Amino acid sequence: MKKRILLIAVLLLGLLPLTACQSSGNHGESITIVGSTALQPLVEAAGEQYGSEHFGKFINVQGGGSGTGLSQIQEGAVAIGNSDVYAEEKSGINEKKLVDHRVAVVGITPVINKQVKVKNLSFAQLKAIFTGQVTNWREVGGPNLPIVIVNRSQGSGTRVTFEKWVLRGAPAKQAQEQESTGMVRQIVATTPGAISYMAFSYVDKTIATVNVAGVAPTVKNVTTNRWQIWSYEHMYTKGQPKGLTKDFIAYIFSNKIQEKMLPKLGYIPVSRMQIQRDLNGKVTPVN
Amino acid sequence: MDPIRESLLKKSHQAKLERRGRLLGLFCISLIVVVVAAIFYFVASRGLATFYHDKINLWDFLTKQAWNPGTKDSHGIPEVGALPMIVGSFLVTIFAALVATPFAIGAAIFMTEISPRRGMQILKPVTELLVGIPSVVYGFIGLTVVVPVIRYLFGGTGFGILAGTFVLFVMILPTVTSMSVDALRAVPRHYREASLALGATRWQTIYKVVLRSSLPGLLTAIVFGMARAFGEALAVQMVIGNAALLPHNLVSPASTLTSILTMGIGNTIMGSLENNALWSLALILLLMSLVFNLLIRLIGRKGALKP
Repeated sequence: MKKRILLIAVLLLGLLPLTACQSSGNHGESITIVGSTALQPLVEAAGEQYGSEHFGKFINVQGGGSGTGLSQIQEGAVAIGNSDVYAEEKSGINEKKLVDHRVAVVGITPVINKQVKVKNLSFAQLKAIFTGQVTNWREVGGPNLPIVIVNRSQGSGTRVTFEKWVLRGAPAKQAQEQESTGMVRQIVATTPGAISYMAFSYVDKTIATVNVAGVAPTVKNVTTNRWQIWSYEHMYTKGQPKGLTKDFIAYIFSNKIQEKMLPKLGYIPVSRMQIQRDLNGKVTPVN
Repeated sequence: MDPIRESLLKKSHQAKLERRGRLLGLFCISLIVVVVAAIFYFVASRGLATFYHDKINLWDFLTKQAWNPGTKDSHGIPEVGALPMIVGSFLVTIFAALVATPFAIGAAIFMTEISPRRGMQILKPVTELLVGIPSVVYGFIGLTVVVPVIRYLFGGTGFGILAGTFVLFVMILPTVTSMSVDALRAVPRHYREASLALGATRWQTIYKVVLRSSLPGLLTAIVFGMARAFGEALAVQMVIGNAALLPHNLVSPASTLTSILTMGIGNTIMGSLENNALWSLALILLLMSLVFNLLIRLIGRKGALKP
């Protein structure tokens, strides 16, 4: 009996160092990247490809949201923090210590349930819908159907971007909130009269997009800023990146990722943008 | 020294073993106590920062209806009114308990009084199976079956208190049932025999004797179920709609403390007001689970069967 207890204790003690071995035992290098779920698929795919091309280098990618990404990088807990929004736009972040790498552009489009046969909305109409001044599709040229707003959760990058360019500071109407774009898509697809917004890459046949002020939500229109609802995807590092972090960010900016992988995953390469837009929304042409 | 004297004066092998066992037990207990205390300290320090550091009025926090921690109202005070979430949490919890209780006690009576053999063979495995199903599965079924049905029957979007109630009802049913069974089993056999001997029918025995004497146990079972419903996050979040609004009716989107908490925490920065406000919600949750625990203890002590 006593021997058995001793044996179990020894086994348990033996397990302890094993947990540490996993990270240090492979003689490789690894970095951890957390943050924005919108950017996660790209970084994951790129990290996997990077790992297979560079033996012994590991890129760990986790989600958690833009807020998590920014606060973790501020504390220096991770190598790179991903965010959909500028660090300046989040309260509680000291952006002076962070270095911004804008790796991609994401276009965001309003989406509606297919029963709502509305093809075009003006910015004023969109704003009226999301602030709650208009509550029936009849008022904006649609069928007699109550409008059901589906929002992303507060502070989500997609929502912040959409509200920045559509509401322009007006308070949004309290409405349903969903944590993920996948849920939003399912709810908009099945709920009559529903309206929401999502990144271009998530749009599929179950829902319909809307032209805003006569402009169609296409990649081409984003690159010229005719379609104004878009945002940069940021990878933030604390100070200038070094070592593996620097190599990996350079890898993300390489042609292989920017020209081949990004379009396939629904992002727009920064190199295609004919204009650039700063934090305050000032647009300047790219030379 | 002779061996007898030695064995009497020295600690025996058994005594040493016992002491070692007691130390091990003490160590485990104190570890748990430390962990619980640490959790309380952490949640409280973060949750109270909303009131001390960000100077939010506690009363406003509990009674205001606007939840928009990122924006400020006309007086320059951040909009952190948690009333819609508090009301939402209590409504789904109470409704779920109200719906689940008759079913659970009915099933428990069937399993202990009416048909113990069949009850044990069929009902018990079924309730045990229900306990083991992960909450995301309940949530998914709620989203794909319950929400469309409610939308079809009552209109609206289908998301709301009613959908949350249905999902929680199924989730807490097995907990309440199995605890009710234990409570009914604890009723001494001679109570039933005496009642039957006095000429009472089986129904009268169940109704007047068994249920009456197991009341504290049944109440404990219901409160346990409520505690579980109050803390459930994932499944409720999927079907309730997550709108920080006071519900007008049972099929308008609402929210619970847990659903707003899990949705927002990844999008906020540690130490900012938005983050602290969410920790305050967590503090409310923690205090409520404490209340539920105390309630169970109180019921157990006050209502204990006195022979």
